[in-house]
Amino acid sequence: MEHGSFTNDSHASFTLAEEDHTLANAVRFMLNQDPRVTLAGYSIPHPSLECVNVRVQTTGDPAREVLKDACQELMLMNRHVRSVFDKAVAEFKVKQARLATEEEKKTKAEEAELKKQRDLLASMDIESD
Amino acid sequence: MVTEEDKIFAKNFCIDDLPDVPAGLPPHLKLKQNRVVSKKDASVVDTGDAIYSGSYVSSGVDNTMKLGNFYEDFKVDVISCTETDMEFDMIGIDAAFANAFRRILIAEVPSMAIEKVLIAYNTSLIVDEVLAHRIGLIPIAADPRLFEYLTETDQPNEKNTIVFKLHVKCPKGQSRLHVLTNELQWLPNGSEFLKESGDSTSTSKPKTYTSFSCSQDSLPEFADNPITPSHLDILISKLSPGQVLKLKLEAHAVKGIGKTHAKWSPVGTAWYRMLPEVVLLGEVEDEKAERLVKTCPMNVFDIEDMGNGRKRATVAQPRNCTLCKECIRDHDLVDLVDLRSVKDHFIFKVESTGSLPPDVLFTEAVKILEDKCERVIADLS
Ligand code: SF4
Repeated sequence: MEHGSFTNDSHASFTLAEEDHTLANAVRFMLNQDPRVTLAGYSIPHPSLECVNVRVQTTGDPAREVLKDACQELMLMNRHVRSVFDKAVAEFKVKQARLATEEEKKTKAEEAELKKQRDLLASMDIESD
Repeated sequence: MVTEEDKIFAKNFCIDDLPDVPAGLPPHLKLKQNRVVSKKDASVVDTGDAIYSGSYVSSGVDNTMKLGNFYEDFKVDVISCTETDMEFDMIGIDAAFANAFRRILIAEVPSMAIEKVLIAYNTSLIVDEVLAHRIGLIPIAADPRLFEYLTETDQPNEKNTIVFKLHVKCPKGQSRLHVLTNELQWLPNGSEFLKESGDSTSTSKPKTYTSFSCSQDSLPEFADNPITPSHLDILISKLSPGQVLKLKLEAHAVKGIGKTHAKWSPVGTAWYRMLPEVVLLGEVEDEKAERLVKTCPMNVFDIEDMGNGRKRATVAQPRNCTLCKECIRDHDLVDLVDLRSVKDHFIFKVESTGSLPPDVLFTEAVKILEDKCERVIADLS
């Protein structure tokens, strides 16, 4: 919901229902990165109300558009975070699997070596007998 | 006399063009821009970034986010990842994001938890209400994405409810019995308790507390992995010998979020801290170096041998630092050690309770933030 004026759309407050610091703080951060914004902030009117008020004042552009852009940008950034994260996890898992197989190979080789030595010892025993 | 040449020079003059005018932010502001410095007296520090995009405009520095930069610079480093725990570094992002992800992980990523407990027979020492509460807190290993929310008008069915039963007896003459979560038995066909109906004569099929249209284990997702609690060794109650104690109940799990009740939180904890950075501002040598190494409980410092019996302290493992400030309580060392935190480097830890692996939980959290943005955009259009 927008609370603004009819004559000047560069200053407005928005009430986001069912939101809290989680979204509002991120949106405030995005707004403040925008050079068109002169002031941006948010507040929760009462802890038992499930809404936040976001204030946006711009140098002239409509506040509604600027807020929309901020959300859009936030969404794109999230998408990027997700793709980078997924890639990092996939890489990590591949590395982990490789390490595990290497470890397995190593223990197997060690066991084989041990067995060979034991066999050798055993055969020596027989000879000594 | 002002000549024409002087006039032109004055018109084109820009102080930033002079060779000895420094460009960019002065060092003290630069430090403030991307580090938090912890002082001995625990003064209030701001962990966020300089807020306003024009903060440094007077020094000729543009503080607006260059999105291109974010897309190039943002980095994730996975340190460890198992089925339940995960640690990773998030580099090149603001605290507003890290905190949003943390809050969503704790309070808004859904999971399944027991919401309704029908108790038919309970003569154990634990009273019904407390028992129900204990059972509600048991984490369930079921993928919440396969289920729907149970709304007030819905009938509990196979898409929104998981039913467990618990039938335990401790007969006389036996030793004390520990009832663990492994006694919770999944009922893929739904409730077995009959609903009392007004007239017992009619009704072809007796009604139960759920109305499953098919068995859950006929669904492909659960066909060969039955639903259980995430941990099979959680103590629910103890039954004493001598008395005949019997526990007979059904537990109905539904989907929910941590905001409603903590039992729906899919994480034990999700937390982050900024990467600590320990800087020695001068040479710390010999006796002082040894003292410094000894004061730090986290073994952040190490001693370097410089030959001819002289020693120097070095920062070996700054990541271990917990910012306990023990090293700057020392009068000699306070001016030599600087404790800083890197503002855009987060060490993030997620501990799952077992419904989903932690890496999937984090992706879900990011998706939820995306959905929130989408909703606001739709509202504004
Ligand atoms: S703050 Fe504590 S952990 Fe960090 S370097 Fe100093 S003594 Fe070590």
